Amino acid sequence: MTATAARPAPKEGRARRRPGAWTLGILALVLLASVSVAITIGPARVSVPDVWAVVASRFGGGESGLTPLREGIVWELRLPRTVLAAVCGAGLAVCGVVMQSLLRNPLADPFVLGVSSGASTGAVAVVVLGLGGGALSISTGAFLGALVSFGLVLLLSHSLGGTTDRVVLSGVAGMQLFSALTSFVVMFAADAEQTRGILFWLLGSLSGATWTDVWACLAVLVVALVVCGARAVQLDAFAFGAESAAALGVSVARTRLILLSVTALLTAALVSAAGAIGFVGLVLPHAARALVGTLHGRLLPVAALSGAVFLVWVDTLARTVLAPQEIPVGVVTSLIGVPAFVLIMYRTRRPS
Amino acid sequence: MTGPDTRSEDRPALRAERVTRSAGGRLILDGVDLEARAGGTVGLIGPNGSGKSTLLRLLAGLLAPSGGTVTVDGSTPAELGRRETARRLAVVGQHAATDTDLTVRDVVGLGRVPHRRAWAAPGAADREAVWAALERTGLVPFADRLWHTLSGGERQRAQIARALAQEPRHLLLDEPTNHLDVQHQLELMSLVAALPVTCVVALHDLNLAAMFCDEVVVLRAGRAVVSGAPGEVLSEGLIAEVYGVRARVVADGGGTFVRFLAPEAGG
Repeated sequence: MTATAARPAPKEGRARRRPGAWTLGILALVLLASVSVAITIGPARVSVPDVWAVVASRFGGGESGLTPLREGIVWELRLPRTVLAAVCGAGLAVCGVVMQSLLRNPLADPFVLGVSSGASTGAVAVVVLGLGGGALSISTGAFLGALVSFGLVLLLSHSLGGTTDRVVLSGVAGMQLFSALTSFVVMFAADAEQTRGILFWLLGSLSGATWTDVWACLAVLVVALVVCGARAVQLDAFAFGAESAAALGVSVARTRLILLSVTALLTAALVSAAGAIGFVGLVLPHAARALVGTLHGRLLPVAALSGAVFLVWVDTLARTVLAPQEIPVGVVTSLIGVPAFVLIMYRTRRPS
Repeated sequence: MTGPDTRSEDRPALRAERVTRSAGGRLILDGVDLEARAGGTVGLIGPNGSGKSTLLRLLAGLLAPSGGTVTVDGSTPAELGRRETARRLAVVGQHAATDTDLTVRDVVGLGRVPHRRAWAAPGAADREAVWAALERTGLVPFADRLWHTLSGGERQRAQIARALAQEPRHLLLDEPTNHLDVQHQLELMSLVAALPVTCVVALHDLNLAAMFCDEVVVLRAGRAVVSGAPGEVLSEGLIAEVYGVRARVVADGGGTFVRFLAPEAGG
């Protein structure tokens, strides 16, 4: 407990670390470039200036100088799809970061509380069982299913004592229950065509992206980012567990409820627009941590941006590799995600 | 400068009045009183399971008492609110475990959580408090080491540094000398005793308690058996009664010393 003889000034300790701002700026540029370039990739030839011309004409008025068909390809097909990919990637990565920190479980992902299985049950109930009599869309059904499942899991974990492990276990129970319900309905009530459609949606796909989806998801993403960002410091405090967070002045129960609810809401919105795209929410937080460390002030924005870049490119792969066939993007994320996950786990292994 | 002020001088900084706490139908604390004067060091001693950790949790406001009241500077933790309580009072728990890759500097920086505002990056005051805490605990050379590469003793010191970075008026420590060698035990306890903050510290080592505490409270099976200056409280009879072991207590001009004796053969 002795003071060191050579006492370096605090400034020295300060100057060493501030890669955060740079990393963020570079990632933002990479995201912008990725979206612009990804839109040009596909059977119809479009250039980056074409993309910007279309965007400028839509927002600023005036002519893009493209044929209506090509303008339609950019504005109605590729742009909403690419932007939705970015929004989903960002949202899933942020949800993953928050879930992993809050539940202190490196295996937690946005779906750990049963949101995706609830969504699939909701979707199946609408598509196969005709719930809502045609008034409900598949997205609305999925969204409602996700919220019902999250509510049940929250209620169950609360009645089991509300500790972190109970929350995770309740999530697992909810996931199993709703998966079983979905399988049951699909096996006994769906025809082959419906089954195929459901399966495609369950695996996650951005092929049906519309501007309505984009704006809805973007709005929820912005709200979630604001709510989580405002609690970045509290999330840091959970590093040594709930009691230690409480001793650092965090209202544990309230913080947990707010953050779990907002991430569940975001996940529900994303899942109802694009299905359960797996692995982004599990792997990207670990990758972002390897990049900028564990403190959430930097981790949250970096995870959001890298998740967006990742999913933009994965979706581009998914729609081009076997063109004109499309691979569900959730399949590609896992095919890329598993080796990446193993690599990260290998790099961060600790001597036992 | 009249009535109320003089009274606040006399008012204990930390106080537990007839606190009880039961969990799962079992009484863990049964009507315990404790008072710590501002700046004083109070030792909590007693065998395993006597309720030391629970009493510290109650004082920190992390648990609510089933009966009785706890006050920090005259207000209950509930009245102060979590954040204000954390600005006044820091806790160093027994086991600090984490899987995340935090550096020592990050861990010490957690002490600034109750002082920081949303959206704001750590300010100059935060950095200076972290730096001062690192210096005071001799952890400057460790600042950029990752948590999971630290030894048990280094982790303990990092947690103390984190508590100091909180700039509290009161400090609660649960067996802080557990993983430390003799040198670090003595250094840590002198540091704690010299701090201008109120300390309540649970200790296993009676000699450390005798050396560094102004007062000790002896707990046994959830009750405070006796409290007072270590020299008056620690006696061969008390040690036999509370711990069930034989000991010699020697008091000379330099202080009170406890020497334990081997159990008598055949009990």
